[in-house]
Amino acid sequence: MALDRFFRRRRPQQQAGAELPDLWTQCPQCKEGVYNRDLDLNAHVCPRCGHHLRLDAGQRLEVLLDPGSFQQRSGRVHPVDPLGFEDTEPYPARLARAQKKTGRPDAILTGTGTILGLPVTVAAMDFAFSGGSMGSVVGEEIARAAEHAAGAGTPFVLVAASGGARMQESALSLMQMAKTTVALEGLAERGLPYVSILSDPTTGGVTASFATIADVIVAEPGALIGFAGPRVIQQTIRQNLPEGFQRAEFLLEHGMVDAVVDRREHRTYLRSLLGVLTRQPAGEASA
Amino acid sequence: MSTPADTLRELEARLRDLEDAAQRTGQDLSVALTPLRAEVERLRGECQAHLTRWERVGLARAPGRPTALDYVERLCTDFAELHGDRAYGDDPALIGGPARWGGVPVMLLAQQKGRDTKSKIRRRFGMSNPEGYRKAIRLMDFADRFGLPVVTLIDTPGAYPGIEAEERGQGWAIAGSIQRMVRLRVPAVCAVIGEGGSGGALALGVGNRVLIQENAWYSVISPEGAASIIWKDAAKAPQAAEALQLTAPDLLRLGLVEEVVPEPLGGAHRDPDAAAAALGEAVSRHLAELSALGPDELKAGRAARFRAMGAFREV
Ligand SMILES: [Zn+2]
Repeated sequence: MALDRFFRRRRPQQQAGAELPDLWTQCPQCKEGVYNRDLDLNAHVCPRCGHHLRLDAGQRLEVLLDPGSFQQRSGRVHPVDPLGFEDTEPYPARLARAQKKTGRPDAILTGTGTILGLPVTVAAMDFAFSGGSMGSVVGEEIARAAEHAAGAGTPFVLVAASGGARMQESALSLMQMAKTTVALEGLAERGLPYVSILSDPTTGGVTASFATIADVIVAEPGALIGFAGPRVIQQTIRQNLPEGFQRAEFLLEHGMVDAVVDRREHRTYLRSLLGVLTRQPAGEASA
Repeated sequence: MSTPADTLRELEARLRDLEDAAQRTGQDLSVALTPLRAEVERLRGECQAHLTRWERVGLARAPGRPTALDYVERLCTDFAELHGDRAYGDDPALIGGPARWGGVPVMLLAQQKGRDTKSKIRRRFGMSNPEGYRKAIRLMDFADRFGLPVVTLIDTPGAYPGIEAEERGQGWAIAGSIQRMVRLRVPAVCAVIGEGGSGGALALGVGNRVLIQENAWYSVISPEGAASIIWKDAAKAPQAAEALQLTAPDLLRLGLVEEVVPEPLGGAHRDPDAAAAALGEAVSRHLAELSALGPDELKAGRAARFRAMGAFREV
């Protein structure tokens, strides 16, 4: 099975704002320059202000899984252009650009691995690919990963990062919300845990389907999470939005997520939680 | 150059004048009226067949288009509306309760837009808050408990985008309703009767059978929403409607609905009774077909229906 260049160290994903060449990245929050090496060692969390930088799917699984444990399952399902969709450019051209940029067929990376020794099936959405938008391929790969987890008897961990359903596949994208929900039923029927991690940003159809029906919903600090985008809400109600609106901490306060967990703690948090839910002996990290 | 639609409008105006004249004067103008009526009918049929996608969106939103309650009044008896989600409030944009559909006991769930300005505002033009979807979830529990088939009428521009909706978990509520429909152990027949706007529509759309009226639309995003994302200009909605392929014939071709329910020529608002008769017959027929299936088959069949959706290639 292809390893999808998983072991290759990559520079942190470029963020908005000035870019310091090669060795440095400017933190989008505190604007300080941070050594890329320090970001790599710190799960891409700014060591100065704690801001959680956005990760692509490969970086995400590096942060989450034991080194060398990842076995990729996704990658054979490729997008097509079922509607001949053309807006400012044809959909296939848009896809080709995103594929070239990320090296992936679509906005999703799935497979198996271990977290502090505990076997899991994982899926990470890739915001770097067309804003993590969910079309047929994302839906299919998530469905297959969930079905694999149910068949293999492992917990399922999904990391959401998406602007929502993909416009260019219209109603077919919409139906992925139901399809993924159907596939997740197998886990529930077999008593296997499903944990979703909502990262910045998680909005639209992803928030309104598989990401929010998990047994445990974890959010990353500061992540924007919601159904309607802030701009749409503002246009509708013509009021300013409250401070911190739709951020992870806001959702915790409103009872919508189980916990806001620092990315640097994800591995120990998941090992401990999944260990309890699957009746595994306590790992070293929870001693 | 005049289009068939222009000619139709012209002839319709002439027909109205003649009918008025006939009534006013008491004269028998049938020699003139009969062929004119036939020509108007023929042109309506021609226009219907050649409607652009944007024109169909217009019909789905036409003033006077029957709302869910207009159909309920014509097709249902013994409807007992049950209010509230038992947690926060009652959402007037999504109504439900047990009823008889063509005499058959069902659980009815419907998005209601409102029929006049006041009720449209009260019902937020069919845009639900989370308590609407949570009421739907509660009523689906109820349906399973009493073995009532679920009938949903979908007509919403989308879920309401508001501060409070987000605070109360709009995404969570929609996801919960989708999941609850997946888990139903009774038949579910869904019909899009106007606008099928995004996740707010799919929340009531996970049926064993999904039908759509001839001039309704169903899409991942409204044409205006798509146009403002693509071209930063909601006025380009007609182009977006074409690109989104959101009409009933499109949905049928994509395999996402089982049946297009015909509407009277010119749209459901031209003859609500005829529109209701066609809708009532189609839903009843699908309910009858599903009534032979057991709870496991129903759930598995619904799961298989949605699991197969999507377009991709394997390499
Ligand atoms: Zn910083």
